[in-house]
Amino acid sequence: MKTIVIGVIGADVHAVGNKIIDYTLTNSGYNVINIGVLSSQEDFINAAIETDADLIMVSSLYGHGEIDCRGMREKCIESGLEDIFLYVGGNIVVGKQDFNETLKRFRDMGFDRVYPPGTSIDMALEDIKEDLGE
Amino acid sequence: MSNYLLVDFGSTFTKLCAVDVSSEKILATSAHYTTVLEDISIGYHKALNLLYDKLGEKIEFDQVIACSSAAGGLKMAAIGLVEELTVEAAKRVCLGAGAKVDLVFSHHLTKKEVRQIIEEDIDIVLLSGGADGGNTENVIYNAKLLGEMGVNVPIIYAGNKSAEDDIIDIFEHHHLDYHICENVMPKINKLNPKCARKTIRDIFLKQIIEAKGIKKIEKDIDQVILPTPNAVLEAAKLLSEGYLEETGLGDIVIVDIGGATTDLYSMCYATNRSDVVLHGLEEPYAKRTVEGDLGMRYSAPGIVKSLSEREIEFINREKNIDIVKEVNERYKNVHLLPHNDRDEFIDQFLAEMCAYRSMNRHVGKIHEVMTPMGKVFNQSGKDLSNVRYVIGTGGVIINSKNQKEILKQTTNILNDKTQLRPEDPEFLVDQLYIMAPMGLLAQKKPKLALKLMKENFKELG
Repeated sequence: MKTIVIGVIGADVHAVGNKIIDYTLTNSGYNVINIGVLSSQEDFINAAIETDADLIMVSSLYGHGEIDCRGMREKCIESGLEDIFLYVGGNIVVGKQDFNETLKRFRDMGFDRVYPPGTSIDMALEDIKEDLGE
Repeated sequence: MSNYLLVDFGSTFTKLCAVDVSSEKILATSAHYTTVLEDISIGYHKALNLLYDKLGEKIEFDQVIACSSAAGGLKMAAIGLVEELTVEAAKRVCLGAGAKVDLVFSHHLTKKEVRQIIEEDIDIVLLSGGADGGNTENVIYNAKLLGEMGVNVPIIYAGNKSAEDDIIDIFEHHHLDYHICENVMPKINKLNPKCARKTIRDIFLKQIIEAKGIKKIEKDIDQVILPTPNAVLEAAKLLSEGYLEETGLGDIVIVDIGGATTDLYSMCYATNRSDVVLHGLEEPYAKRTVEGDLGMRYSAPGIVKSLSEREIEFINREKNIDIVKEVNERYKNVHLLPHNDRDEFIDQFLAEMCAYRSMNRHVGKIHEVMTPMGKVFNQSGKDLSNVRYVIGTGGVIINSKNQKEILKQTTNILNDKTQLRPEDPEFLVDQLYIMAPMGLLAQKKPKLALKLMKENFKELG
């Protein structure tokens, strides 16, 4: 069974979407490790090491995602998680910015998949199946 | 009449407590230097004679039960994967079982670290790592290294269940003395101490007691059942929770300042509030932390080490002492008892520092986080602000002329408002030094042990 660590990063307490993601991924047969709201980069990475996770899925709903996610890929590499998939989604930047710009910025930061506001988890599920091979 | 004799073989003193179970009274207590190097029974019999002197007669005991922290106590090494998760879980399990955690290692062990385990006379190794179904590579690597380097003390494996079969093969191959337990952290942030804690206790009873020269005394006593800190933890739990119609004291904190360590015990849930988000590894209701660098004698230099130059200068000027010289004297002469007002004054000051610093490390912290949804509280560790009683035990507190000042240090938040220290507790002192004995009695007669603690703890107004 593939393991996915999910949670909401930074000073963000949006718990509803987090629960929906947990429910959907669990029902789809994944081992979901939900570290909940107000989680730091280190919380995600520590959980991924102990559970030997394949994917970290970061949620951010309050517009500060870019600050909160910066340096996360580098920390993963330092922690021996160089091959782990990093996904991010929600309202990850402030205001109405061109999503292609946002996508490029997060790609440069080392995120494999970046989702715009309003994406349904079912869409991400297709990508997960493709990336994790099941 | 039905008498119990409860014995605590400490590193410095062997302490005795005689209880009459039928009249529900403590008959007498006594103490003598522990004689673990020559023969532990010498000190025991001297203490017993002192007890008979106090009673004015020799009496028979129906049961003689003991706990021990003699000969360095129970020394353990805790090994895990990530520092904040399985390493912390392993450490807490050891502490909760009454052990001293001398070595703590994370990730892949190095040969140097394994040599340390061998050279520092560790009694038991607790090997963990990985949540169930998670990382197996790390524990397997560590188990192999422990095997290859021939660690010949008992090893408890309490890590990822998925690695268990491989681990057994490795340990069998190297003929190690191993014990398999449930994972100490089966899920992220979930603590599962029971199985490993019970195994530590069993190994302590079967093997460690013999190794520490306590076996010699077996003809005199019925059984040694617990490491002393474990007995104190059992007593504290009982005192907090109550037993049947005998009510407990609710949320409590115990401070035990010794020569080599300062132990803190808290009995309460992580939080009673609904408006905080809890962070990190699950906190146990009964939590023990041990500060090996804070103590009155062996560890006195540690108190100064944690101070800056400026703080040392301030203390020296304010208290008119040379703090560095004083702690070194105490370190060199660990049997020093205060002879005059000045010695007492310095011991008092050191004890206050121990209480303050150990609480610093034990207590939980809370941070206000401003979010677009308003103010949110983010808490790690335990919230002790509603603790009802702070209870002092151990020689330095019992003999202090100003007990309350020492205990008050556990509530002193100075400039750090994020610490969730007890806000307005009442203060009690275990004046007869009966916590460990009552932890022993609690194994047989919990209600009586609780009653005796409640009756004999002194209130500080």
